[in-house]
Amino acid sequence: MITLLEARGIGKRFGGLQALADVSLTIGKGEIYGLIGPNGAGKTTLFNVLTGAYTPDGGEFVFSGTVLPSGKPHLVVAQGVARTFQNIRLFRELTALENVMAGHHIRTNATIWGILTQNKHTREEERLTTERAYQLLKYVGIERFATATAKNLSYGDQRRLEIARALATEPQLLALDEPAAGMNATETAQLKLLIEQIRRDGITVLLIEHDVKLVMGLCDRVAVLDFGRKIAEDIPAVVQKNEAVISAYLGGGHKHAH
Amino acid sequence: MNELALAVPWLGKRNPQAARWLIIALALAAPMIAILFGRTWVRVLDFALLYIMLALGLNLVVGFAGLLDLGYIAFYAVGAYTFAFLASPHFDLHLPFYIVLPLSAGFAAMAGITLGFPVLRLRGDYLAIVTLGFGEIVRIFLNNLNYPVNITNGPQGINSLDPIILFGWDLSRNIQVTEELSINSLFLYYYAFLACVAGSILFIQRLQISRVGRAWAAMRDDELAAKAIGINTRNMKLLAFSLGATFGGVSGGLFGSFQGFVSPESFSLMESIAVLTMVVFGGMGNIAGAIVGALILSALPEILRHLAVPMQQTLFGKVLLDPEVLRMLLLSLAMILMMLLRPAGLIPANARYSHIEHLKSQGVTR
Repeated sequence: MITLLEARGIGKRFGGLQALADVSLTIGKGEIYGLIGPNGAGKTTLFNVLTGAYTPDGGEFVFSGTVLPSGKPHLVVAQGVARTFQNIRLFRELTALENVMAGHHIRTNATIWGILTQNKHTREEERLTTERAYQLLKYVGIERFATATAKNLSYGDQRRLEIARALATEPQLLALDEPAAGMNATETAQLKLLIEQIRRDGITVLLIEHDVKLVMGLCDRVAVLDFGRKIAEDIPAVVQKNEAVISAYLGGGHKHAH
Repeated sequence: MNELALAVPWLGKRNPQAARWLIIALALAAPMIAILFGRTWVRVLDFALLYIMLALGLNLVVGFAGLLDLGYIAFYAVGAYTFAFLASPHFDLHLPFYIVLPLSAGFAAMAGITLGFPVLRLRGDYLAIVTLGFGEIVRIFLNNLNYPVNITNGPQGINSLDPIILFGWDLSRNIQVTEELSINSLFLYYYAFLACVAGSILFIQRLQISRVGRAWAAMRDDELAAKAIGINTRNMKLLAFSLGATFGGVSGGLFGSFQGFVSPESFSLMESIAVLTMVVFGGMGNIAGAIVGALILSALPEILRHLAVPMQQTLFGKVLLDPEVLRMLLLSLAMILMMLLRPAGLIPANARYSHIEHLKSQGVTR
């Protein structure tokens, strides 16, 4: 297994709350890696630290050999890490196509001067961006809504659009934060196919998910977080039988809100 | 041009090509129609073009990038005073126009970045308050920098700015064609300003459908998501502030040389609000909206001045409401009605006008 992403002792504290404590994990190239845990376990915090939205108190992420900059999301994206959000965050007033085109921003470099004069480079780049965005909409299966405003898309299509937008950044690692949340069984099944397709196309997937069935059926390996600590990491079948995991989910030893 | 053409009522959607020619014809013929009512009206049109440029620039900041700026007139002031410093008897400098105007734009852009840096983390109301303060600071500086060293000549302002002289051709002099026929200088200024406005429209339209325009729109809709797809929001904000300010600076430079006189009182908070009102009234985030808003709201006080007094005198035998009061009254009424009836402005931002055209040109739309 070639390591793509390595988390080394990530810690993050919010006031009196230790959201993440010394979390280390290794994600191999081409894996679908699941991150599960009860609500408030620190999964999304780990995403936010990874993608540069938060600065960690300790530790670092090493991504294909280089340390990821902390607190600078655009540099992390440039390195090849893209994410989606738990609560969908699209550019609501833009069309579906424009959302995806915006996602390609980091891979383009037309200057103000180029835009003013519409020189060859700018026009070519714009044409490629449009074409690529349309291909990505096709890829996630919503190309018929290319010119529809993002806020008018159905919930499931918005989720797909967010994935397409993340793919437009040309990532090596795609981090999905609860992509199946709020989806019905059919939509979830389609999503599963899409994620498998993404992996087949050479993109490593890091997945936060509550749908245990989806995680167990999809992921190569799973890590379990509880109270900011990693309590297990293994193939799904083994994790499912892990004592600590069962007690974390069923509330043995700890008290949970749900 | 596409967006403008499509915004023409009725004709725009049926025959954009015809609408486009109609706009061009109207823009070219406007001063000739105006002169029939008197020279003042050509002057009103000249000022309207300056306001259009201001509204376009502010629309870029507020409408495209979503950064509420209440001190925009400060950039207009920077442009005008740069012109005054470099091309007037005040310092006895008379640099040529084609050097002074770019410098006006450049200094305004630098002022834009100066304002941009401290407000990077602010948004909404907080941003509005700081930019408002910035606008006032600039005005107060201009008002008071006449002591101990006289830089701005204080409240008296600076007189006798050089007119626009392009390659030895002085726009402030009428052209005597024959003995009876002369082309008034107001016409020359009109066409010079029109060229600037046309250039601005072209540039802004290209910006809107570029990677930069999309990044601004993304930032406006959801800053966190914009960061998460790799947009450097700091740079994009600074770019919006500086480009927006550039248009203010150019407009200010033109204003100074057109009027031949600058003083701090032209750059009060009310002016900032007036320009913002034009943008909101016309339709935020929309080039056509900014233009229509600026045109209507800059002409309104002049129309009132010429109509309200005589009308009141014939109706009541005396002037009950001062035109200035009436203007504010009507403006407030218009804004209230707008908020109730057309909250997105006269011409709501339908960014997809241009984008659909754009997509068609890329052969994407089904």
